[in-house]
Amino acid sequence: MSGAPAPLGLLAELTHRCPLSCPYCSNPIELDRRSAELDTATWQRVFDEAAALGVLQTHLSGGEPTARADIVALTRHAAQAGLYTNLITSGIALDRAKLDALAEAGLDHVQLSVQDVRAEEADRIAGLRGAHAQKQAVAREVVAVGLPLTINAVIHRTNIGQIEPLIRQAVAWGARRIEVAHAQYYAWALKNRAALMPTAAQILAARATVERMRAETRGTIVIDYVAPDYFGARPKPCMNGWGRQSLNVTPSGRVLPCHAAESIPGLDFWTVRDHSLADIWQRSPAFEAFRGTEWMPEPCVSCDRREIDFGGCRCQAFLLTGDARNADPVCALSLFHGTVEAIAAGAPGADEAFTYRRFGAAAGG
Amino acid sequence: MTAAVDPAARPRLMRGVRLREDPARGFILLAPERVLTANPTAVEVLKRCDGERTVTQIVDELAVTFSADRERVAGDVEALLADLAAKRMVSL
Repeated sequence: MSGAPAPLGLLAELTHRCPLSCPYCSNPIELDRRSAELDTATWQRVFDEAAALGVLQTHLSGGEPTARADIVALTRHAAQAGLYTNLITSGIALDRAKLDALAEAGLDHVQLSVQDVRAEEADRIAGLRGAHAQKQAVAREVVAVGLPLTINAVIHRTNIGQIEPLIRQAVAWGARRIEVAHAQYYAWALKNRAALMPTAAQILAARATVERMRAETRGTIVIDYVAPDYFGARPKPCMNGWGRQSLNVTPSGRVLPCHAAESIPGLDFWTVRDHSLADIWQRSPAFEAFRGTEWMPEPCVSCDRREIDFGGCRCQAFLLTGDARNADPVCALSLFHGTVEAIAAGAPGADEAFTYRRFGAAAGG
Repeated sequence: MTAAVDPAARPRLMRGVRLREDPARGFILLAPERVLTANPTAVEVLKRCDGERTVTQIVDELAVTFSADRERVAGDVEALLADLAAKRMVSL
């Protein structure tokens, strides 16, 4: 489609290496190894091409982006290309010297993940002892350097009762913004769904807590709430439409319409090693596959919300119905909506063990 | 319940918030995980949020520059600044 609008955001997954092993990680089960990662010059070209294509913001992510030895050089290059640069980090390997260097290189913003407010529980989820204390220290340094700080808290059954303390902790740490984001069930989170999925009653309480805290902290902290998928009647407008606003480059250079897109079999993803970003955005088969509305079957194609929610999420449609073209089964109009309701209603039993994110899990099982 | 804006405050864009002119999209305000299109009025206000000018001075300047009713300008400016302060994009 030659009429593809210019993208706004680039998610740059610089590496899949990470000191944490959170069981809801959004990375794919099959992680890219260090030996497959793009080199510095290629990433720099990607940032130049992204800016030329119209991208405004880049999210330097991973894995843990600061695991790259060239993170400061990459940040500087992205900033000089005119991109708004956002570092999405676990904070584990960060210290004052690295933060000063990143700020000097032009970094605009830091997003720091936290797992819980209870240190022991946070460390259990992250799979790393001492992680929570380190994050608190890093938050202090980010604020001292003067960089704006967002806290990202992924919400699931074991920490859903901690939303108010999580928000208060973010305020105490000096964050300007917090994302209270329910886990989304793809990749690792899908593997761990039985251990992570909250109950409907917990979700109602969570929503009420967020509303109350928004009123209380207005002007102090911005609270962004990412609603849980399985408990609605209408699907989320996933990515604001496939190939409409965002693109994602994996550590090894494949370009995806969203970070989970590789869960859909049969899509042909092009790589920045072979093509320019503009070429991939405008012409690659994977981006063309679900752009616009022409690919839609019923009930989407005749739905008056087809350009509002774009049929929801393609990955979720595939994972839960077996066909990525189907309506996202979160939609009450989907023939498969009962599947989602059954999963959401399935009362969790005793706490189940996590399968932690790690390399080689796809082969080893 | 919009909080009142102090006329003596000296608003400025907070760190991590940038007003940028984009060839294809006009003026946009870039902030953490946010891209806002700035309408022409907002652009004129935001360009003056330099931490030096007071709200009163910004209103005066705009009223003169655009030969507009001062009270209406004041209302627009205060509403915009209160909204952006609540979003943690402007400090007052």
